[in-house]
Amino acid sequence: MTGTVPLARRITGHRLFWPAVVLAGLLLLNLALTDGFFSVEIKDGHLYGSLVDIARFGAPLILVALGMTLVIATGGIDLSVGSVVAISGALACLSISGLEDQNSVTGVLTAVGLALGLALVLGAWNGMLVAVAGIQPIVATLILMVAGRGLAQLITDGQIITINSAPYKLIGGGYWLTLPFGVLIAALLLALTAFLTRRLALGLLIEAVGGNAEAGRLSGVNARGLLITVYAFCALCAGIAGLMISSNVSSADGNNAGLWIELDAILAVVIGGTALTGGRFSLGGTILGALIIQTLTTTIYTIGVPPETTLLFKALVVTVVCLLQSPAFRARAFHRRRRPAATPAPADEKVEVRA
Amino acid sequence: MAQPAPIVRMRGIGKQFPGVVALDGVDFRLLPGEVHALMGENGAGKSTLIKVLTGVYGIDAGSIELEGRPVAFSGPLEAQRAGISTVYQEVNLCTNLSVAENVFIGREPRRLGRIRWREMRRRAAALMARLEIDVDVTAPLSSYSLAVQQMVAIARAVDVDAKVLILDEPTSSLDAGEVAQLFRIMRRLKGEGIAILFVSHFLDQVYEIADRMTVLRNGRLVGEYRTAELPQVELVAKMIGRELADLERLEERPPAREGAPLLEARELGRAGAIEPFTLTIRRGEVVGLAGLLGSGRTEAARLLFGADRAGTGTLTVDGRQVALRTPRAAVRHKIAFCSENRRAEGLIPGLTVRENLILALQAARGWTRPLSRRRQEELVGRYVAALNIRPADPDQLIENLSGGNQQKVMLARWLILQPRLLILDEPTRGIDVGAKAEIQRLVAELSDDGMAVLFISAELEEVLRLSHRVGVLRDRRLVAALDNDDELTTEALMETIASGGRA
Amino acid sequence: MMAAFSPAVLARRAAVPRKYVPVLVTACLFAAMFAAGGVRYEGFVTGQVVLNVFIDNAFLLVVAVGMTFVILTGGIDLSVGSVVALSTMISASLLAGGSWPAPAVMVLVLAIGTVLGLAMGAIIHYFEIQPFIVTLAGMFLARGLCYTIGTESISITDPTFTALAQTRIDLFAEMWISPSVLIGLVVVLAAAYVLHYTRLGRNVYAVGGGEQSALLMGLPVARTKIAVYGISGFCSALGGLLLSFYMLSGYGLHAVGMELDAIAAVVIGGTLLTGGSGYLLGTVLGVLVLGLIQTIISFEGTLSSWWTKIFIGLLLFAFILLQRLISGRSK
Repeated sequence: MTGTVPLARRITGHRLFWPAVVLAGLLLLNLALTDGFFSVEIKDGHLYGSLVDIARFGAPLILVALGMTLVIATGGIDLSVGSVVAISGALACLSISGLEDQNSVTGVLTAVGLALGLALVLGAWNGMLVAVAGIQPIVATLILMVAGRGLAQLITDGQIITINSAPYKLIGGGYWLTLPFGVLIAALLLALTAFLTRRLALGLLIEAVGGNAEAGRLSGVNARGLLITVYAFCALCAGIAGLMISSNVSSADGNNAGLWIELDAILAVVIGGTALTGGRFSLGGTILGALIIQTLTTTIYTIGVPPETTLLFKALVVTVVCLLQSPAFRARAFHRRRRPAATPAPADEKVEVRA
Repeated sequence: MAQPAPIVRMRGIGKQFPGVVALDGVDFRLLPGEVHALMGENGAGKSTLIKVLTGVYGIDAGSIELEGRPVAFSGPLEAQRAGISTVYQEVNLCTNLSVAENVFIGREPRRLGRIRWREMRRRAAALMARLEIDVDVTAPLSSYSLAVQQMVAIARAVDVDAKVLILDEPTSSLDAGEVAQLFRIMRRLKGEGIAILFVSHFLDQVYEIADRMTVLRNGRLVGEYRTAELPQVELVAKMIGRELADLERLEERPPAREGAPLLEARELGRAGAIEPFTLTIRRGEVVGLAGLLGSGRTEAARLLFGADRAGTGTLTVDGRQVALRTPRAAVRHKIAFCSENRRAEGLIPGLTVRENLILALQAARGWTRPLSRRRQEELVGRYVAALNIRPADPDQLIENLSGGNQQKVMLARWLILQPRLLILDEPTRGIDVGAKAEIQRLVAELSDDGMAVLFISAELEEVLRLSHRVGVLRDRRLVAALDNDDELTTEALMETIASGGRA
Repeated sequence: MMAAFSPAVLARRAAVPRKYVPVLVTACLFAAMFAAGGVRYEGFVTGQVVLNVFIDNAFLLVVAVGMTFVILTGGIDLSVGSVVALSTMISASLLAGGSWPAPAVMVLVLAIGTVLGLAMGAIIHYFEIQPFIVTLAGMFLARGLCYTIGTESISITDPTFTALAQTRIDLFAEMWISPSVLIGLVVVLAAAYVLHYTRLGRNVYAVGGGEQSALLMGLPVARTKIAVYGISGFCSALGGLLLSFYMLSGYGLHAVGMELDAIAAVVIGGTLLTGGSGYLLGTVLGVLVLGLIQTIISFEGTLSSWWTKIFIGLLLFAFILLQRLISGRSK
């Protein structure tokens, strides 16, 4: 491989190339529209700036998308994360609202522990349905997606629980060492996930199960335990995101908290180049994907388009990114001459995860 | 006898892929009313030739004529419309639909756009009767065996006025009775004047059914022969283009082993899969399992590995009773199992050779105890060299390797674990003769080093060549366990299979 | 012949009704819920209660019919709820403008829904992107378009629409239905005919059974896949019209989450989400079960609305487990 053409192709062929281009394009667009978009300054010992805001508001999505990445890599999907976000926020706020002193650190920690514990249980439930009962992930998590919203409203009794707790406020709205606390949590979880999957061997085993579940099982991979772990981890991420979201607004809304965040998270994962069919996954891609979605929202606010039309742009970006990543589309659009060979692939496209 | 004009004539066919010349100046002709075998090692260009003929690939050089007219199909569909139908090894039908629908879907009898179900079932039943296939045409296809599904696929193919029928390894998953039934149908179709192009790895089957054959090697034509005029040994020599020394060196029988029992299965069984059987495997011993497909060979092996749970019986390893509920448990006892179904149960697509190689070891250690990168490279390097895996690039994606090399990777995955018992289910099926000899030699070496091997193969010669003892299965029952002495011949084995060991 | 007595053949004979089991169970469940309601509440066991379920859910029924087509091919359509909302919004805004006659509005709405569906189907097929993602984009697009038209609710005063909303078609014994129910039933019957008696319908099942196989069998896979999304788009638009009759307003927040209800109805009706197996009758029963849950909760009076979601979740769980058991036994 010599010369510049193969190098260029290697770069454009890299799985993170197109997402990175889209993100850069969005940021540059903002820079063109808003003076000093890239400037970051310190006020009152806190970092301020548009880029910081993108990271801060994007933190919950990054968290949910991280967990979702692992689930999708196993060949699954978790539709219930939005409901878990709502449940976790609702339970934490309910528990704090019952405290005599809402600023008690132990009380808040208990509430956080309760909420995350419940999230873990819900995730394990999803994992059991998938791994033990052998139900298709999209169906298994649909149950909790539907019922979970009801559950969250049951916890809040259909009301919006408002609290006034300084320690709890820190999770989503506070700063630590000049940095937004939420961003720190997201970074910490990203580091943890990267460590578990790439330093330790969790990643290889997840990709084995996602790439070929039966082969993984016959190679001695404990798929059952692995799946339950991964779904529980995903719910835990969603639970933390739920705390962040409710802490940021100091209230819990069982109906609307985390609404459609599962779709954004799945989008982030797919934009990041992880296939919905499972196997190879990319944490870096997911982060890029989540940032693209968040930057898009920010952009729409800064360029002064009515915020309701965010969805239109989201649809546009999703379509563009997915088309760019689709080999079929690239073949048609960029090398129109070269007809891809229609190889009759094996007919076993339905791989069921059996218990 | 005057030969009729060829129905298909291909001249000087050339086809290149990036970096590979797949076909180079190949001539081929197919006569009406004949069964014509296309022979060659893997990579000889058989499937490329078929794909060129059916329009999956375009050609770079040469010409194709159908009934004297030049043709260039854009795809299998157009070929089918012109009368060339293909039935693949994997049955490409919709198993959720009924047999009748599978035959007629896409061209159902209709009146004013409304499907005439009764007429369709009647015609399907008539077609099945004509081909002597005993099925209920209203039942879903999924309720029938693979063999019946294959015959339904053939029925569909010939019902569309086929002049040429291409059967690409149709017998690889059929048992002897089913093969006989398939051959009966093939003879009937041949009698109706249909030209049949037949691809199979089983030489005996080719000699039983084919009238003529075309041999390819490395993308070039070796020659066209009448089956009756070409002895088997010569055919093999033409296919592999070298002497059979590699294979023949193994012809001497291995001496019997007298080691301590490693694994003992007592009345181990599973309802609907295999009747309770008793089997002992000693250290350093190669135990062959012979039997027709569907006789319970794979099922027995899966019980020994914990891939399926046993319903009855006990299993002892080193004299201690163990319960193998999962493959994990078996791996803990140093038992390894290389499945016959490489693609569905072995390979992890999208991962590299290195990752596929270390998977079993890593799974055994658990995800909390990763292998260091250096240790991985050392292990992978050693086994890639020892098994002669090509290309020797550990970061190549596994799907880019040939079947034989993929099989070696699967073997290496287990050898890394240094198992005490290695279960090999059809390790040499569907791979070329060279890789086959290498794997056979490896099995002999492993057993010399003290590893016990359970060797399952449809080829009785291969079983006899490698095994110290042979277990014979029939109708999901272990009917005999024979010492491999001078008395035991393939004929004797076949008789045992046929008689069920009662003789 | 020996083969006639082989285990496979025997198993098959016993298995013939198995494919109808999920539908039967849904029917039994509906009957049981109806009976339980009758025991518990006065005035529950009347024909009108069942008819009201139809009246209140005619739009969901139509949407679920379209969803059944998509799910039978092994796909999914997340855009239906948004397309319903978009249809109400387009109808309301065009009618409010006054220059468009009602029939023209209806035709335009149906055309927009169908074209949107066809476009999504084409992207799914030709660019090989998962339906989940493509229809998700479609969902965002349709919802976004709603808000571009307007963020407030627009009421409909057009005489044709109000007439369709308020007409009562009297049946015997003082029972009545709305025109929407009639439209819904026509859609169901037409769809059942298409699925069972036309090539398109059989191709839908074939694609769901195995797309690669269907392709190699020479079936028009591209046309079939694109068509089912087109059908789903049409049904969503029609559902949107029915919802406009029902609500007499257009609003971007109408039918939020309806895709989930439609999917739930299809699954409860016994259709496999992997495709290739299921019946329209099941979907009808699924919609009825969902509707009856709401009816029971409104009869109960003290139960809060979120119990509906919890019940639907539980039902989904029960049915999914049942399907799992049935398909597990057939292995």
